[in-house]
Amino acid sequence: MTEPLLRVEDLRVTFELKRAGDMPWTQPRLLHAVSGVNFELFPGETLGIVGESGCGKSTLARALIQMVPGTGKAIWQGKTDLLELSRREMLKYRADIQMVFQDPLASLNPRMTVGQIIAEPLKTHKPDLSGEEVKTRVKKMMDRVGLLPNQINRYPHEFSGGQCQRIGIARALIVEPKLLICDEPVSALDVSIQAQVINLLAELQRDLGLAMIFIAHDLSVVKHISDRVMVLYLGREMEMATSRDLYSDPQHPYTQALLSAVPIPDPVAERAKVMIPLDGDLPSPLAPPSGCVFRTRCPRAEARCAEKVPEFTHGAHGVACHFPGPLIGAKKAVERA
Amino acid sequence: MALLEVRDLGVSFATPDGTVNAVNGVNFTLEKGETLGIVGESGSGKSQLSFAIMGLLAKNGTATGSVKFSGKEILNAPPHVINPIRANQIAMVFQDPMTSLNPYMRVADQMAEVLTHHKGMGKAEAVAESIRMLDAVKIPDAKGRVGLYPHEFSGGMRQRVMIAMSLLCRPELLIADEPTTALDVTVQAQIMALLSELQRDFGMATILITHDLGVVAGFCEDVLVLYGGQVMEQSPVDPLFTTPAHPYSRGLLRAIPRVDQEGEELDSIPGSPPNMTQAQTGCPFAPRCDFAREDCLDHLAPLAQFAPDRWRACNRTLEELA
Repeated sequence: MTEPLLRVEDLRVTFELKRAGDMPWTQPRLLHAVSGVNFELFPGETLGIVGESGCGKSTLARALIQMVPGTGKAIWQGKTDLLELSRREMLKYRADIQMVFQDPLASLNPRMTVGQIIAEPLKTHKPDLSGEEVKTRVKKMMDRVGLLPNQINRYPHEFSGGQCQRIGIARALIVEPKLLICDEPVSALDVSIQAQVINLLAELQRDLGLAMIFIAHDLSVVKHISDRVMVLYLGREMEMATSRDLYSDPQHPYTQALLSAVPIPDPVAERAKVMIPLDGDLPSPLAPPSGCVFRTRCPRAEARCAEKVPEFTHGAHGVACHFPGPLIGAKKAVERA
Repeated sequence: MALLEVRDLGVSFATPDGTVNAVNGVNFTLEKGETLGIVGESGSGKSQLSFAIMGLLAKNGTATGSVKFSGKEILNAPPHVINPIRANQIAMVFQDPMTSLNPYMRVADQMAEVLTHHKGMGKAEAVAESIRMLDAVKIPDAKGRVGLYPHEFSGGMRQRVMIAMSLLCRPELLIADEPTTALDVTVQAQIMALLSELQRDFGMATILITHDLGVVAGFCEDVLVLYGGQVMEQSPVDPLFTTPAHPYSRGLLRAIPRVDQEGEELDSIPGSPPNMTQAQTGCPFAPRCDFAREDCLDHLAPLAQFAPDRWRACNRTLEELA
């Protein structure tokens, strides 16, 4: 068995919220954005993270590279705990872990040329390279992600959204990272462009042997690109399995509801689809429900769910639910209600 | 008589860089109670089309052609003609509920305003009716929440408020411009289910503008596929998805990853959507089209009927695409 590239244990991110008018001694309110997430990521593997907005999926990824402070363990290549590192030490590892952001235009400096943008990580992480060498690498990378190398002196505003995202990908890959974190990389793009970027990411990953954490709210996109998928709800892991298992045989009622809500671009299949309605909204993360956090919207919830937090069963198909099971049970529960 | 009859509708904008033709020669008819989906990517002109119908174009925009609502011409109509029709007979729901609700007004006040203005109701009666409508869009505890400000609602709830507001005068036509794009899938499913239900109960015609073919598949009877301001294909929903007849609609359908199928590599459409500030001749899709030939660059065949209720605009015949 290969050594995991990254092993995350009991990762927690808590924000302290101060209110206007608080006294210095007032206890700040605590917002648990991520509460005790565990996973392993192997070299060359893609882990998809899905969930509704506010479920902590971006925070989780950001905590790994200390963009937000987290507690717990994030063991990199079996040795280093990324969460323990000082800022200076972290810098070394940032070359290995790169990120691609959601808004392609906003994540590029408008006053820098494409060449400067893509070269910048090299200047930080490999300051010894000669200017000539940097330029060669930048051009090669531009070609690799489908940009014309003669566009090197253009500015971001001269590019379309899809091309800007290619620039963002080139910038991330130029330092040859081992792990690429993609935070909603295609959600701001048009459907026809989205497919281009997804194909590009999949191809680069295959060719370069990258591990990838792919965060998105679009379940179809995540299914398409991921080997394994984690479903988050209010900062907690609900279910985690291989992409195939999760989508064909979801065990957690939340995953089932989430999947049933995805519109299918096929009128016949869409009309035949059984929807599991989720009533109400996401509860406030400031006051999460007791026991299982999903119980307030769960069709299977019973008294026990309010009392005891369900254990996450580790294994090939992990699930955190007192009453896990295939979809049939959920349908019955809906009929009963 | 059709409820809405759009003939040769064009929208252009005068900009410092020249004229931008956002919409060119769009035709469609909508009968009472029908649902029409308008699908397109950003810059396809789908939103401007609806703004032109409602007389909401920006100052530098010009609309040409004809839009008849119940036989009455409303395109470029003066305020005394269009104002009584807005909200009363044609209502609109916009994409971002936070920016389309007034943050300084309580929900009760902004909803009641619609009724006092258009129906001449008294304030108390208007608020009571607003509460009934908030109940209809399934806002829990409508009575208690009607006095809140928009920021006190979640995104999905705000969109419900918007929908309730647009339905206050029982319009005959509802135009929903990307009503669920800013929302999570679970909330999107709730809102679309709600819209279907309301559409059935109130018997209104609906135009749904979206980029999401999945949403169209579940909601619309007819679909208009727009690209670069032109109608590429117009068809009832089922045959559009089973046998798309235009290279663009085909490409679009193949480019979407599907949650109910195993993923192969996606067939992406190369290139990017046209830049509308540059004048174009011929078919806007030609630079990205696998079937394009010389003639596609200088002219585009007009929308032609090729099957009952189905139209396509393409220089290539269906046999050539096979």
